[in-house]
Amino acid sequence: MADKILKELTIKVWRQKNAKAQGKFESYKINNISTGTSFLEMLDILNEELVNGGTEPIAFDHDCREGICGMCSLFIDGRAHGPDDDITTCQLHMRKFEDGATITIEPWRAGAFPVIKDLIVDRTAFEKILQAGGYISVNTGGVPDGNAILISQDDAEEAMDAAACIGCGACVATCKNSSAMLFVSAKVSHLAKLPQGRVEAARRAKSMVAKMDEMGFGNCTNTGACEVECPKGISIANIARLNREFLVAKIKD
Amino acid sequence: MTVLNSKIPAGPIAEKWSSHKAAIKVVSPANKRKLDIIVVGTGLAGGSAAASMAEMGYNVKAFCYQDSGRRAHSIAAQGGINAAKNYQNDNDSVHRLFYDTVKGGDYRAREANVHRLAEVSGDIIDQCVAQGVPFAREYGGTLSNRSFGGVLVSRTFYARGQTGQQLLLGCYASMNRMIGQGKIEMHERNELLDIVIIEGKARGIITRNLVTGAIERHSAHAVVIATGGYGNVFFLSTNAMGCNGGAAWQAYKNGACFANPCYVQIHPTCIPIHGEQQSKLTLMSESLRNDGRVWTPKKKEDAVKLQKGQITANDIAEEDRDFYLERRYPSYGNLVPRDVASRAAKERCDEGFGVNETGKAVYLDFKYSIERLGKDVIEARYGNLFQMYEKITDQNPYELPMQIYPAIHYTMGGVWVDYNLMTNIPGLYAIGEANFSDHGANRLGASALMQGLADGYFVLPYTIGDYLADEIQVPRIDVNHQEFVKKEKAVTDRMTRLYNIKGSKSVDSFHKRLGNIMWEYVGMARNEDGLKLAIKEIQKLREDFYKDLRITGDYDAMNIELEKAGRVEDFIDLGELMARDALDRKESCGGHYREESTTEDGEAKRDDDNFAYVSAWEYQGEGKDPILHKEELVFENVKLTQRSYK
Repeated sequence: MADKILKELTIKVWRQKNAKAQGKFESYKINNISTGTSFLEMLDILNEELVNGGTEPIAFDHDCREGICGMCSLFIDGRAHGPDDDITTCQLHMRKFEDGATITIEPWRAGAFPVIKDLIVDRTAFEKILQAGGYISVNTGGVPDGNAILISQDDAEEAMDAAACIGCGACVATCKNSSAMLFVSAKVSHLAKLPQGRVEAARRAKSMVAKMDEMGFGNCTNTGACEVECPKGISIANIARLNREFLVAKIKD
Repeated sequence: MTVLNSKIPAGPIAEKWSSHKAAIKVVSPANKRKLDIIVVGTGLAGGSAAASMAEMGYNVKAFCYQDSGRRAHSIAAQGGINAAKNYQNDNDSVHRLFYDTVKGGDYRAREANVHRLAEVSGDIIDQCVAQGVPFAREYGGTLSNRSFGGVLVSRTFYARGQTGQQLLLGCYASMNRMIGQGKIEMHERNELLDIVIIEGKARGIITRNLVTGAIERHSAHAVVIATGGYGNVFFLSTNAMGCNGGAAWQAYKNGACFANPCYVQIHPTCIPIHGEQQSKLTLMSESLRNDGRVWTPKKKEDAVKLQKGQITANDIAEEDRDFYLERRYPSYGNLVPRDVASRAAKERCDEGFGVNETGKAVYLDFKYSIERLGKDVIEARYGNLFQMYEKITDQNPYELPMQIYPAIHYTMGGVWVDYNLMTNIPGLYAIGEANFSDHGANRLGASALMQGLADGYFVLPYTIGDYLADEIQVPRIDVNHQEFVKKEKAVTDRMTRLYNIKGSKSVDSFHKRLGNIMWEYVGMARNEDGLKLAIKEIQKLREDFYKDLRITGDYDAMNIELEKAGRVEDFIDLGELMARDALDRKESCGGHYREESTTEDGEAKRDDDNFAYVSAWEYQGEGKDPILHKEELVFENVKLTQRSYK
């Protein structure tokens, strides 16, 4: 498992000055990258070289670098979060690439996620959907004891499976329709599986779906691509559950 | 000169918080609507405070540097959250949690604050359950618990290995509800660069909009700093890349005292450094020590072979394995507190028993628990952590033991606050990791989440009312006030100065240099000569930084180099203050280990006669030495003893 050195790589990356400017691909060479280095560390090194050469570094979103904050994005060689399964870009390591390779890096491409600069996109549309109903309406204080309402282990586990979503947007970027159904359904399912969330499940499903449509995300045509690229393995079974919740809510209207 | 008053209420410890709550002032609903509060940072402390205060009726303005409030680094906390629920019937209680926390902090925390923390801990769990946090549960439907370092009961609640994520999504959901109702005005990608003080009271902040580069003014009747810790002073840490000490540092530069800056937690179980190209370190949850056994080879020749890659852990016979934590600390074994476990790992590696190519790693082995419980059980408990480990290291921890090494993780020091969580600047508050008050010189595992949420849900929303009750006649603060104009100009001057240095070296190169100085001299073991040298080296680094920094890109637009430059400028100053504080504190305590103050068997040796105080540093201006204030720590309910986990 000893690390090897990748002597030369070509990085073909999307550069765009700001939201209004025209973007284009630029290519850069980078040398002597250890296979034990993470993908974003490789970009750090490239950026250091760009700064030293007097050029502006490549802007990309990233923060926790341990696959949980959901800030990093990047479409790498045609795949959201790059050529590995069940990980985010920050967990991708250079051992997944061959020496001499050309690596193509693009931002998420979706109408609802406009580019801010280079590889950084604006995912505020996700937050707007959450603000529309992705919560349980309970104030701080005055709640029952944690064990007052028993929850079966299966329900708690299923809720947790859905709650594991990190809201990175890979599902939208991967979907040919730029649909946000996997993201929305994960939040709806997480709360609908718990007795505390059942109370306002119908209202939640309706308002989140309405907001999703308003924000310009596409429709779901059940291609399943989102599930394949989701770094946290969120299942499209959640979409079926959302459809059911939504239908039931609409029938009641 | 500033006089610090901790405002600890009188009376027996178990009654202080309730009698204080009964005594402080309350703002009427009609008046809450007229009051604005700024909350900087949206982690567990900031998020829970913003949501709770908005629910109460205040107008809240929340700020974060990320693209969404739900990305704050609380999200990365893995193992769990403590609460004195006694659901396991193992004789846990508020007093036991209080005692464990004071002892775990090596008797350098304020008793009254810690007791309050233990008192509200149970309410936090109830609140999170009501928000839909999917905590682990037993077959019967009740909540599950596990054990953590430094305690003898099971009081840690968890949601797989993603507890921080789930708690943060819970309080972020509460924030979202308030954003949707217009009670919270959310400012993402926006970073605090100064605090505005008018007639002695905190009245607003100056920020930089990270998308447009514009310098902005925001006003309020009170300002809350909830921006976490300053572990990134060390460059390599388990903190997120953007975590910074900027807001806390601006509080300091505006007159708030900075307390115990030298108390840094070094977490024992992190993935070892792979080489020069490393950008950050990844934590492996402390919960793993419930089922993993820590060891190094007994024989040096085995260690040498491991370092050369000639053999693997599985080639070492059972009798040749040294389970050094179980050997040295039979009663707590693998679950000793973090500072003790970290030092023990360093000791083994310094003696030449390290197990990887750099010699800076020990084993955390699950073989024994897999034999005892089966692979399925271990996978259910830690599956996501094992997957994370394998993706980073390319090794399968079900087959080979994990390699781990200590890394910078958390800062117990922070902005000095009184019992109300207010700094010595009226109207300026600090909560969560950003303040200093609850963890003493060492934080116990699963207590950071507890403290962040305690401050935000159940302490600040009450105590801030005591201050704001006297502010109800004050109209909305005008951002055209001369103090706002002055501070905006100061921020613009500072940023343009950095931008216009036009030197030859990147921000990261200075940050790495600072990190090396800090790790070498202000890290796991400190001594007088090293600390003095560190101060000199940092001063030299500062000179070079102002002479030779290079920032490319545009000034008045998104500029990732300029963002980092401001943060590193603060880190340089912070690093120097940390070294000064470490130099002053000649004793060893918790995470602060002075080589001059140790027991015969190499444990940290406190000096209660001379150092049972909080060191609170007051800024005196650029280039001048800060003044040290000492807040005496009085222990009425816990007997001070040499901490022992043997």
